[in-house]
Order: sequence, then structure tokens, then C-alpha cells
Amino acid sequence: MKSAVIVFPGSNCDRDAHDAIERVTGRAPDMVWHQDTALPEGTEFVMIPGGFSYGDYLRCGSMASRSNIMPAIISHAASGAPILGVCNGFQILTESQLLPGALMRNAGLHFICEKSPLIVENGNTRFTSAYAERRDLIIPIAHHDGNYNADENTLDRIEGNGQIVFRYGRNPNGSARDIAGVINENGNVMGMMPHPERAIDAKHGGTDGLALFESLLGRA
Amino acid sequence: MKAKIHVYLKPGVLDPQGAAVAGALHNMGYGEVSAVRQGKLIELDLTGDDIEAARVRVDEMCAKLLSNPVIESYSIEME
Repeated sequence: MKSAVIVFPGSNCDRDAHDAIERVTGRAPDMVWHQDTALPEGTEFVMIPGGFSYGDYLRCGSMASRSNIMPAIISHAASGAPILGVCNGFQILTESQLLPGALMRNAGLHFICEKSPLIVENGNTRFTSAYAERRDLIIPIAHHDGNYNADENTLDRIEGNGQIVFRYGRNPNGSARDIAGVINENGNVMGMMPHPERAIDAKHGGTDGLALFESLLGRA
Repeated sequence: MKAKIHVYLKPGVLDPQGAAVAGALHNMGYGEVSAVRQGKLIELDLTGDDIEAARVRVDEMCAKLLSNPVIESYSIEME
């Protein structure tokens, strides 16, 4: 599968995303600058990496979600292609309204960087199928604004639709209903605060993120 | 021409920063503070002199970028 990683000013997990994709697919993704207006010909999977795009000014992800590349990503999403946003990438996907809800300042106000217990709530998505019966993961988190918020109707709706893909085992940030990751109704756009790309090698301290990339991209 | 835009969290949306500020004020002895909500003030300098046309454009800017309708409301003052 041909992949692309979007790079914004302030992205800092773009190379981790690159390495995770290359490791699983054997093929390096294209690195696409945010001022481009089109994805490379033949791109299937798009990953929006973590970081601090535009310095988190205004609201996290707000300016990135209005950058030149976004119309191409929004139409790519509409075509049914898989798109994954991690951390700041998740914030960008909610800001662009490809995903419901919003990510606010952590309830404890601290930046949190730790290994976080994570529960796979929905293993029937194209991002999580390789977790099979494994439901309890350890995946690192590193964020200041991961407090997922949406009105009760939206929360009930996404809960009923199985759009809550990941929940925290121990809520670190005040997220509504312990939500750590959500998917859109069509099942092709997913955002999550934890960093699966930082858990793909024993040297990272764990490999629980690998199955996410394998679900989507197949095994190398 | 100037536009002043106040962006604030919708009622019911938890504001951890406001809660921390309220805690600090209480700690300083200002017990009369029953709640704090923290928002943003954004000032735009604008060219042109048609205030009503400008207000329509500023409203668009608020909806498209300056506020997030999921969690925030805004008000606009033109001067």
C-alpha cells in the first residue's frame, strides 16, 4: 500500500510515523509538506503525525486543519481511503470535522508523558483487526490537550455506532467516557491520542502499536 | 476599523484552566469568586469602511477558524 505522512511546521512524530510504516510495509511513505495541494499519485494510506503544528497557537490543530493540503485530505477521506491521525493528528482531524468532538486541555493541566494502559473497544475496524482477542495494550501517551469532549448526544451516538475504538485503562486527562481514540462513521478515518508508532520495537519498551499498522497495512 | 472577538467555552463545557484560576483566587482569599471561565479576546485590524459588510466577513472567520463550534461560542464587537 502506498502511504503518505503529512508534515506541518512543528510536527515532531513524522519520522516515527515514517519508520513505523516502512517497517510494516517494507516501503517508505512519501513525506508531504502541508503547503502542497495534492497527495502523491496513487496514495492510499495517509497518516497525520503528532507534534505541535503551528506551535499549538489558537487551538491545537486549528491552523493545520486549514492548511493547503487539507482539501486534498478531506476528499481523500470522502473516497473511503484510510487516514490515521495520532495525537496532534487527532486534533487536526477533529478541527477539520473529519472526526466528531474536540480535544481540550488535560483536566489536570499537566503535560503527560507516560506509558498508558489502553483498551481496544472495537477490534472490528480496519485499524484494529490484528488485535484479535488482545484487548489490553500499553501504548505511550505524550500530550497537553487530550481531554476528549463532545456533547452527550454525540457521545451516545458514537458509543452506539461502535465509533469509540480505544479507551484509556486509567483516564489520564479527563476525557469523556475515557475516550482515547475514535473512528468516523464510514470506518476509514481514525484519530487517537496514544502513539502506536512509538511502540513498534522492543527498544521502545513495547511493541503493542505494531498490530495497528499490521491491521491496516498487512504484515511485511 | 477594528473587530474585537470574544471566544468563550460553551456553558457546560468543563474549563480546567478557569477552575485552576478560581482555585488560586480562593487561595488568595477571594472567596466571593464562585466560578471562573477563561476565554480569548482576538483583535483584528481591518481595511475598508463598510462595518456591516465587514461584520459578515468576521462572522465567517469566527465560524471557519477563530472558534471551534464543538466547544466554543463567540461574540463580535465592531468599532
